[in-house]
Amino acid sequence: MSELTRLTLSDARDGLRAKKFSARELTEAHLDAMAAARSLNAFVTETPDQALAMAAASDAKLARGEGAALEGVPLAIKDLFCTKDVLTTACSRILEGFKPPYEATVTAKLWDAGAVMLGKTSLDEFAMGSSNATSCHGPVENPWRRRGDNRPLVPGGSSGGSAAAVAARIALGATGTDTGGSIRQPASFCGVVGMKPTYGRCSRWGVVAFASSLDHPGPITRTVRDAALMLQAMSGHDPKDSTSAPVPVPDFAASLTGDIRGLKIGVPKEYRVDGMPAEIEALWQRGVEWIKSAGAIPVEISLPMTKYALATYYIIAPAEASSNLARYDGVRFGLRVPGESLDAMYENTRAAGFGAEVKRRILIGTYVLSAGYYDAYYLRAQKIRTLIAQDFEQAFTRCDAILTPTTPSPAFALGEKQDDPITMYLNDVFTVPADLAGLPAISLPAGLSDDGLPLGLHVIGRAFDEETVFRVAAVLESAANFTAEPTR
Amino acid sequence: MALDKTIVARIATLARIKVSDSELESLAGELSGILAWIEQLNEVDVTGVAPMTSVAHMKMPMREDKVTDGGDRDAILKNAPQEARGFFAVPKVVE
Repeated sequence: MSELTRLTLSDARDGLRAKKFSARELTEAHLDAMAAARSLNAFVTETPDQALAMAAASDAKLARGEGAALEGVPLAIKDLFCTKDVLTTACSRILEGFKPPYEATVTAKLWDAGAVMLGKTSLDEFAMGSSNATSCHGPVENPWRRRGDNRPLVPGGSSGGSAAAVAARIALGATGTDTGGSIRQPASFCGVVGMKPTYGRCSRWGVVAFASSLDHPGPITRTVRDAALMLQAMSGHDPKDSTSAPVPVPDFAASLTGDIRGLKIGVPKEYRVDGMPAEIEALWQRGVEWIKSAGAIPVEISLPMTKYALATYYIIAPAEASSNLARYDGVRFGLRVPGESLDAMYENTRAAGFGAEVKRRILIGTYVLSAGYYDAYYLRAQKIRTLIAQDFEQAFTRCDAILTPTTPSPAFALGEKQDDPITMYLNDVFTVPADLAGLPAISLPAGLSDDGLPLGLHVIGRAFDEETVFRVAAVLESAANFTAEPTR
Repeated sequence: MALDKTIVARIATLARIKVSDSELESLAGELSGILAWIEQLNEVDVTGVAPMTSVAHMKMPMREDKVTDGGDRDAILKNAPQEARGFFAVPKVVE
């Protein structure tokens, strides 16, 4: 493995500026790593020619001393972001062959900041899943293995390809999207950092829509500082997204002071769910000790509506998905399967184009929005969503950030937990509430399970207070001193 | 509430997804399982609670009513499975 792929994003950026190596050398090292790790199936489209052209442009700028914030930094892009003239599939057959005629705002911002695109990473079809197993391009392998057990594990999902690519040192960072935990859960499973910013911080324009009121673009990186740098470039108001927040973007990296003295950190008692493994409980306890030794004050808080968050999510997200995915009709882009009539063409196209989990969610969503059931399901869920957000508002009168585990278990093997959709849904029990309330939240690697797999700690903050989230996460990161690396 | 095959077939028609008879049975089981799990929400007292309509506390912004984009017909048609004379083409709907 090349030394260049072992750098952090932050060190790579500094090395480029100091001309210790060129953007071309850095990009080639990552392209080699990508080719060597194809068995992980993390990428669905590789863009080496584009990467080298972008690296050459970066080298020219760096030579003139004009490098932008991420000049020459190689990144991977989740295949849910529209990239101009580069295949964008959402890992669904229904988007077969789709080459967007435009660029998503977030990726456009990254290219403006000088970043280099290595390729597009795999995800659960339309970001619906927690194992990356529903991708139409086949499952992604987690670069980690259990100690003494050679069975491949899932990378988590839906941003599984992005998390696996960053963990396997193929990319210095990757974009993800988080609707119910899809940045933080795979980051936790792969031993990397995943940051979901406040709703409205990053534009959704050009991101293939799953559930519009829940979709959050964000970065996946190997360090907290890298996440701050990458989020900086991705953030900002976008007039093309009416839910994009017209608020200034602070200097996130400046918040990494290492000083959390006097901060109050909430520990929600309801997150001690039944059957949570002892190793997760112990990790959480260590996290509390770490923030205490750093001079912060743990306070017990109550988020009583948490236990209803998942069920609420599984009404709202499918409802929005059924509406968003109505656009795949075989007329304007993607797959078309012929039929006798227009309706038959729609039905055949959607039957062949969508996978089983996507169909399940569209059908649930259609049902909960249908006449006679709307009030009982959708309206009730939106009311409970208000109560969940109020829980957090209450809690934040007593604390500045909240500390929890990211997931109730480490990565599992492919095929495990797949007999029943609800067992899979439970992966997101700790991450879903912050999506429903639109709050910023980060997962960082903080320890290893008994069988040697990474476990994440999770910090949730107030709306538009990513700075405190980063500040607390960086203190936990240095206390945890997580140096373990995946075997592949 | 348990869904039977008839209801699933009706939802599938609304969603414009063709579902074979053999799939209806297993889908009815899976969807009923998910709905039964969702029933827990009935425990919550939502009297007087306003439904959430906006995640972020912000007003929907207004912009000037003017055309800012357009004239991209060819770029838009490039991804169409079938086009004819500058239009999207679909199976015949009028005899």
